[in-house]
Amino acid sequence: MIGMEEKLSFFKDGLRLDGRRPDELRPIKIEVGVLARADGSCYIEMGDNKVIAAVYGPREVHPRHLQEVTRAIVRYRYNMASFSVEERKRPGPDRRSYEVSKVSREALEPVILTSYFPRSVVDIFVEVLQADAGTRTAGINAASVALADAGIPMKSLISSCAAGKVDGEIVLDPMKAEDNFGEADVPIAMTPGGDVTLLQMDGRMTGDEFRRALELAKEGCQQIYEVQRRVLVDRYGTIGGPGSCDAAEAEEEI
Amino acid sequence: MSDVVMAEIRKDYLYHLVLKGERADGRRFDEYREIVLETGTIRKADGSAHVRLGKTRVLVGVKIQPGEPFADTPNKGVIITNAELVPLASPNFEPGPPNEVGIELARVVDRGVRESGAIDLPSLCITPAEKVWIVFIDVHVLDDCGNLMDASSLGAIAALMTAKVPAAQYGLGEDYPLPVRDVPVATTAVEFGDAIIFDPDTDEESVADTKLTVITTADGSVCGMQKSGPGFLSQDKIYRIVDIACERAKEIREKFLEV
Repeated sequence: MIGMEEKLSFFKDGLRLDGRRPDELRPIKIEVGVLARADGSCYIEMGDNKVIAAVYGPREVHPRHLQEVTRAIVRYRYNMASFSVEERKRPGPDRRSYEVSKVSREALEPVILTSYFPRSVVDIFVEVLQADAGTRTAGINAASVALADAGIPMKSLISSCAAGKVDGEIVLDPMKAEDNFGEADVPIAMTPGGDVTLLQMDGRMTGDEFRRALELAKEGCQQIYEVQRRVLVDRYGTIGGPGSCDAAEAEEEI
Repeated sequence: MSDVVMAEIRKDYLYHLVLKGERADGRRFDEYREIVLETGTIRKADGSAHVRLGKTRVLVGVKIQPGEPFADTPNKGVIITNAELVPLASPNFEPGPPNEVGIELARVVDRGVRESGAIDLPSLCITPAEKVWIVFIDVHVLDDCGNLMDASSLGAIAALMTAKVPAAQYGLGEDYPLPVRDVPVATTAVEFGDAIIFDPDTDEESVADTKLTVITTADGSVCGMQKSGPGFLSQDKIYRIVDIACERAKEIREKFLEV
């Protein structure tokens, strides 16, 4: 969005409208296993975003013609509640949510060991209950934890956040006001090892600014990863305990 | 099952070529297929462009009509981008409403035009809050031989640059050229076997896990990006793609889109 006609000042004494430093995330809260019926679930708050994710599966594929003989398919449905935004959103999928669903699925699929479950499906449902810029990244963070909660074998977790450009400055995790009137937005997702699985960008940036944005978003992802990991460890005990499965071993077995 | 086997054989073949530094059609890794651009091919459209990128063929038509502005931008024209993956263009396309691939294509083409500020939207206001010009960009894929993103984006900006606002038809004065202020160019690369390959054909797209489209503006800024397909990309590879994308886009701009 390059709408600068409503001139606002985004910084005061080097701090942002909500008092954050340019390289600071909004507060994050993650709860795991919040739904009774789902195989795995997670609720996340990133600033004013409230998003809930559920995972069902691996389970039988319906319709059956979608099934793959060598692996499980992954489906991801990103959906916004009609009351989640300023003006009521018409319920149901629109073109934006189709695209968000596609790139979010592709952000998670590479870490899911789909070849363990041929002819089946892993369904991921993400509901945005309240939106304040960054809902796709919140959804991916929640879905990643929900997948782990469902016991789906994965190479690693995925963590996601955005960086943006506001008043010429690169900031981490833009909130709604910054996103609306900012000059660019770069949502990314990555593994703890730094491999990027989601990368989008809109707005306008020089090559150098993009590098700084990606670097900043990477730091954000690392902080989010620590929260995701801690929540799962709190719930399920230490990693490497009995019954756990090492990702490298899992790789070799395929 | 045979599809799966064929895919594996094809993957193996292309993978081995890449290890030798080769591609199936003999191109360098950063080399584009021949581009043939023809504008004004559809007389009934207000702007149009027929793009051939190798054997890939895309027709983009622009229609400009008066209509209502969005409530939150009462003084601005409107851009609406659509992409049709009609079944004539590939055995993999089916009739019916656009699927997520078509929607993604349309949204990435739209992102380039919108975020670059290529169209001067305030100048398309006729009566504030009542009537503005609506620019419809319709991407019609005719033959999908790979890299629809770049072909469609090129078609869109070429069609816009040759488009006329049909004011006379609506009793709003004389026709005039659509004001275009920037020239976004999309450049797409895929990664496989540790190599980065630009302008992938359908086989290369099918064996690569992921591709990255980078849209750049005339001043060398980046105005849009889209990673598409499940797969990993390292930070280094992303930077390399962005750097090469800027160069390739410049060449394409100089060759085909000189104002």
